[in-house]
Amino acid sequence: MPASPETIAQLRAKLSKATLNGPEKHARIPLGFVEADRALHGGLVRGALHEVFSVAGHEATATGFVAGLAARVANGKPVLWIRQDFAGIEFGEIAATGLLELGIDPSKFLILRVANAEEALRAASDAMTCTALGAVAIEVVGEHKVLDLKASRRLTLGAAETNVSAFLLRFNAAPDASSAETRWQIRAGRSNPDDDNWGMPRFDAELLRNRRGRTGHWVMEWNCDEAIFCQPADRGAVVSAPLHRPVAAAMESEERRAFA
Amino acid sequence: MQRRWKAKNGAPSPDAPPLVVAAKEKNALVISALDRKATALGLSVGQPLANARAMLPVLKAVTANEPADVKLLGRIADWCERFTPFVSPDPPRGLLLDVTGATHLFGGEQAMLDRLRAGLAAQGFAVRGALAGTVLAARALARFRDGTVVPPGEEENAIEKLPIDALNLDPVTTHAFRRAGLKTIGQAAGRKRSELNARFGARLVYMIDAALARAESPISPRRPLPDYRAERNFAEPVATEELIRSTLTSLAASLGDVLEKRGEGARLLEAEFYRADGQVRRIAVETGSPIRDPKIVGRLFREKLDALIDPLDPGFGFDLIRLCATRAERAEMADADFDADLNAKREIRFLIDRLAARFGSQRILAFQPNDTHIPECAFAAVPAQYAEQTKIEWQKIRRAKEAPRRPLRLLEKPEPMSLLRAVPGSKAAHMCWRSAQRTLTHSEGPERIAMEWWRYQESPPARDYHRIEDTDGRRFWIFRDTVTSQWRVHGACA
Repeated sequence: MPASPETIAQLRAKLSKATLNGPEKHARIPLGFVEADRALHGGLVRGALHEVFSVAGHEATATGFVAGLAARVANGKPVLWIRQDFAGIEFGEIAATGLLELGIDPSKFLILRVANAEEALRAASDAMTCTALGAVAIEVVGEHKVLDLKASRRLTLGAAETNVSAFLLRFNAAPDASSAETRWQIRAGRSNPDDDNWGMPRFDAELLRNRRGRTGHWVMEWNCDEAIFCQPADRGAVVSAPLHRPVAAAMESEERRAFA
Repeated sequence: MQRRWKAKNGAPSPDAPPLVVAAKEKNALVISALDRKATALGLSVGQPLANARAMLPVLKAVTANEPADVKLLGRIADWCERFTPFVSPDPPRGLLLDVTGATHLFGGEQAMLDRLRAGLAAQGFAVRGALAGTVLAARALARFRDGTVVPPGEEENAIEKLPIDALNLDPVTTHAFRRAGLKTIGQAAGRKRSELNARFGARLVYMIDAALARAESPISPRRPLPDYRAERNFAEPVATEELIRSTLTSLAASLGDVLEKRGEGARLLEAEFYRADGQVRRIAVETGSPIRDPKIVGRLFREKLDALIDPLDPGFGFDLIRLCATRAERAEMADADFDADLNAKREIRFLIDRLAARFGSQRILAFQPNDTHIPECAFAAVPAQYAEQTKIEWQKIRRAKEAPRRPLRLLEKPEPMSLLRAVPGSKAAHMCWRSAQRTLTHSEGPERIAMEWWRYQESPPARDYHRIEDTDGRRFWIFRDTVTSQWRVHGACA
C-alpha cells in the first residue's frame, strides 16, 4: 500500500522526535531567524555549552551576538558575564547603555572581572551550580591550555545539570576540539549602502559546528525593539566568501541563494 | 605592661655588654631604652649617648626604629585581643586593656594578669603589668609596682606612695612638683584642688581625679568592637585544614543561633586565628545581605581561604579561633521555600557573595543608571554586593526601529585616531586607528555632547560624536574634540 505524503511526514516527525529530542530534556529557544532555527531543530539548546569565535577586529560584533543569544536563552533571568581583564583593556568594557540600546535589560547583567582563563573557568563552574542564573558568558582572549576538551566537557556537564546555558566567547583564538553543542564564527555584517537607517546590529554568522544538525552561514540582524534575531530588512545582504574553505564547498551548502 | 627589649637571639648571655637603644633627639643621639645591665651601671633614659659612651666604652648601642616599634606593639596588641576586644596602644611602650567582665573567663583577675605576663614573657618580652580600676592607676602601678592587682575602690591607697613621675606628666610639671616638695601622688592629691588648679591647670586636676577613680577616663579600642562573636580555645594547638574548617562551621552555627534569636544577620564576618607563637591572622568576608546560615558562612570562608594569595600558615598550630560578626544588621528571614522568586534572588545573592569572597568585591559588578548624558558616566558598574535600587530609570536614546545610538563596548580611555578625506569635499574617508587603515562606507553625525559645566571647575571641551561603519561592516563610535579637533575612538557597536 503506497503511503500518503502526510503519513510519511508524520512518521518523519515522530522519528526525528525520538532520535533528536527524545533523550533531550532541555528546551530549545528559537533565535527568531528562521533558517538558523531550522538548522538547529527549533532553536538554541538551553543548558548546553555554545562557543562563539570572533574574527579578529570584529570583537564588539561577537559580543553583541553573545549578548543577544544569552538574553534570549536567559529569558529574563540574570546573566553572569565573566570577562578577562585584558579583553576590557583591549576591546573596551561592556557598556550598560550599549546593552540598553540593543533592547537588553542591563540590570539583569552581572559582570565578573577575572585576571585569566583559569579564574574564568573556575568562576564559571561555580556559577553554573546556581540555578537562578539564566546564562553564563565567558569572555577570554587568546589561546589557553586550560581551555581544552576537559574544560569544555566540564562546562557542558555543569550546564546540563542545572540547565544554565554557557557561552564561551573567544577572541584571537582558533577553534579546537571541544564538546560544545554549537560553534559559531562571527564577523560584522555590512549595512546596505542606500539604507538611511543603517547600523543595525548585523551578524555574518557561520555555524561551524552543530552537534545535532547541519551547519550553515547566514546574515542575521538583531531586532533591538523585540530583542530577537531576524532576517535583514533589505535582501541585498551578502554573505562574504569564507577564506579558509573553497568557495565551491560553500556553494553546495544551502546558502547558494545568498551568493547569487 | 611595658616592653623593654626583645632578646633577638634567645636570652642574652651574662657577659654580653650593656645594651642601649639610641634615638635622635634635637640633633643628638639620646638613650631611649636600655637593658637591665645598663640601668644597673647608672645609665638612664634621656642621657646623651656620647655621655654614656664616655662612662662605659664597652656599651653596645643600636639605633631606635620607631616604625618597627609601633608595628611590634600592634602585633602584641593583636595577641592581647584574645583576652578582651578592648585593647588600646599606649605609646611608646604600653598597652591598655579593658578587661571588665572578662576576668572570670581566665580564673580571676590575678590569674588573668599572670597568664598575660607569662604569655608575653614566653614570647621573649620583658613585661610589667598591673590591674586597677582606672587607666592611670594601672599604668602607674605597672611602671612602679609590677604585678599588682588592686581591689575595687582601693586605687587611692595603692598609688599614693608612688612618685609623681608615675603620672607620666611632662618633665616641666614633674620638676615643678619636686621643687614644691610634692614627691608622691598622695602628697599632690592632698593639696587643695584650687591650689593645684591655679598652679598647674585644670588638666592636672583631671588627671589626678582620673587616677583616683573620681573621673572617667575610658579606653578607646583599636578596632570597632564586633557585634557578636564566638570562639573556641584549644588545649592542643590545631593545624589541620579539616579541623580549622569544621571549627569555623561550628562557630558559625553558634553565632547563627545568637543572630537568629536577635533577628539579625551578619554583613561583615571576621575570622581570627591566634597562633600559639603569638601571630594573629584576620580574614574578613563581606556579604551583600545579612546572613546567618552556618552552611553559607562556612562556604564563604572556604572560598576566601582557597583564594588567599598568602595562605593561612598554621605554624605550630592555632590555640584560639574566633568568629566575629563585626557588622550585624536586622534581617527578616521568613522561610520562603515556596516563593520561587525570593529563592532565586537569595541564590543570586549567595553567588555574588561567593564570587566576591573569591575574587574580591570590586570584581563582581552590577550596572546602575546615572542621571547624566556624558557617555562614560551614564551608567556605573558598581560592586554587586552594594548595588541598590535607584530611582533613576534607564533611558534609551534610540527611537523605535532605529539603529543603536551607543556602542556596546566602550573604551576606558578614548583612543586617538586620524581621519582622512579620500578626495577633498567627497564623502568617502579613511580612518587610521591602532595603525590600521579602514575605509568608511557610512557615517552619521555630529551629535554634540557638552560636558556638564556644573560638575567641573574648568569644563572639558564638548565632543562631536559620529557613528561610522567601515567596508568590513565594523561600526565605531568616534568623536572630535571641539577645541583641539582631535579625533578619538570611544567605542565599538555590535
